[in-house]
Amino acid sequence: MTFPLRLRLLLIQLGVLLAVLATWYAATLPGGINHLLLPAPAPVFKDFGVLLTTGSIWPDLFVTVFEWIVAFAIAAVAGSVIGYLVSLTPYTVEVFDPLFAGLYSIPAILLFPLYLLFFGLGPASKIALGTTIAFFPIVLNTIAGLSCVDRAYITAARSMGANGLQLFWSVMLPAAFPVILTGARLGGVIAFLAILGGETISSLAGLGHRIVSLAENMDTEQMFANILFAVVLAVIINVTVSFAESRGKRWAH
Amino acid sequence: MVNSTEVVIRIEGVGQAFGEVGDPRRVVALESTSFEIARGELLCLIGPSGCGKSTLLNIIGGLATPTMGRVTIDGQPVRGPSPQKVAYVFQDNTLFPWRTVVDNVKLGMAFQGVPKAEHDDRAHESLKAVGLSEFAHHYPAQLSGGMRQRAQLARALGLRTEILLMDEPFAALDEQTRLLLGEDLSALLATTAKTIVFVTHSLVEAVFLADRVAVLTARPGKVKKIIDVDEGHPRKSTFMTSPKLSALRNELYELLHDEIRKTITLGEAEAST
Repeated sequence: MTFPLRLRLLLIQLGVLLAVLATWYAATLPGGINHLLLPAPAPVFKDFGVLLTTGSIWPDLFVTVFEWIVAFAIAAVAGSVIGYLVSLTPYTVEVFDPLFAGLYSIPAILLFPLYLLFFGLGPASKIALGTTIAFFPIVLNTIAGLSCVDRAYITAARSMGANGLQLFWSVMLPAAFPVILTGARLGGVIAFLAILGGETISSLAGLGHRIVSLAENMDTEQMFANILFAVVLAVIINVTVSFAESRGKRWAH
Repeated sequence: MVNSTEVVIRIEGVGQAFGEVGDPRRVVALESTSFEIARGELLCLIGPSGCGKSTLLNIIGGLATPTMGRVTIDGQPVRGPSPQKVAYVFQDNTLFPWRTVVDNVKLGMAFQGVPKAEHDDRAHESLKAVGLSEFAHHYPAQLSGGMRQRAQLARALGLRTEILLMDEPFAALDEQTRLLLGEDLSALLATTAKTIVFVTHSLVEAVFLADRVAVLTARPGKVKKIIDVDEGHPRKSTFMTSPKLSALRNELYELLHDEIRKTITLGEAEAST
């Protein structure tokens, strides 16, 4: 029996997921791991269903998504505008590109205690963390994208009479767009992870907050259901931005 | 020459050097060069690598500024790109990959300042002229190399300029495609009465397409001789195999042979320093 390649890959991926689930189930059989530490899959999925139907998670979900959207919006605007300004001359690229790349390598989570002091326990400190983390890949990719546009495109556009504005909108921006988009995807995804992480460290509300307080109450079954929710959300976000990214690059193949 | 001998492009003592005077690394790409190009003619520039033929083309197109002399088009000195008069076909694929073929053609018009209402008709007309109507909505990446060069030609034709500058437009193509495109180009140009300057490496291509072939010397380049190809357009494939073409090709090769050897020894001398 032969399957098309894509279907075969999908089957293998599903197989791995099923194997993880089976291992989880096997570990919780009688004689296995204490259910207080690792609840069985079935009640977790049941709790997950209850979570969706009762809507008790919405307020926390709203907080996390709100923090994420605000952080991403600030980082996207700041990153692309600063990236554009830096890309204007080779000199500024040489000065700022290594600087941003160096700062990017500092673990931004170390700034979180400072942000808590500055902005308090509410959403603002999480927004600051998410913004910091998302800013660097966006600014770096904007610089890379705009400063590496093939000279031949610029020459061709100029030979046809393009003015500065046309050159930017119709040549520079679309040429750099795939690279900028990759930076935005990366920034968006890691900002979400950082915000969840920040919430688990110190917060008043949000998905991370909810998961930590459930863990502190030893309500692992509920905790797992909430983790499952966060995982599903992360997957949805990832698939959405990847889809948007490939739409933006559809001309490339 | 097609219609008259009225001069359109005048190259007046044009020279190009890179680097300051006195700098040992200074390279004179083009020595003071003068000649004229008549309205409606197709002039080929041929010469060894690095002889400055592309530089000369870019100076005519206003994409480069000469260090000596000047170029005039219709009596006006060239000081920068003149998109109303001059259109380019480049060697590299300079179609914008994020736009379909027809949108590439239209973008050229937008850059040039053609009113939007005319874009559709003109774009389809120029795509039809190069035989790409069916591929109007393809992206460049979906086309073969030959088709991409046709699309670039369509973009240039859409600008409806009197002058067309072509910088080794078929250099990246295989020989068979290139011969065929040459034939199509000759047929097309017979109907448009454009003035064309065409840079090429290929002796056969030069003779097959040109009304006159200007042979450049090894670096520093200057015009060694201009050869007339007295043959009407459009040129058929029979011209390709004619003794006349062979004779002219041989004459070109004689002229070029020493220059190519000079270029190679020059290259070796530079590599060893």
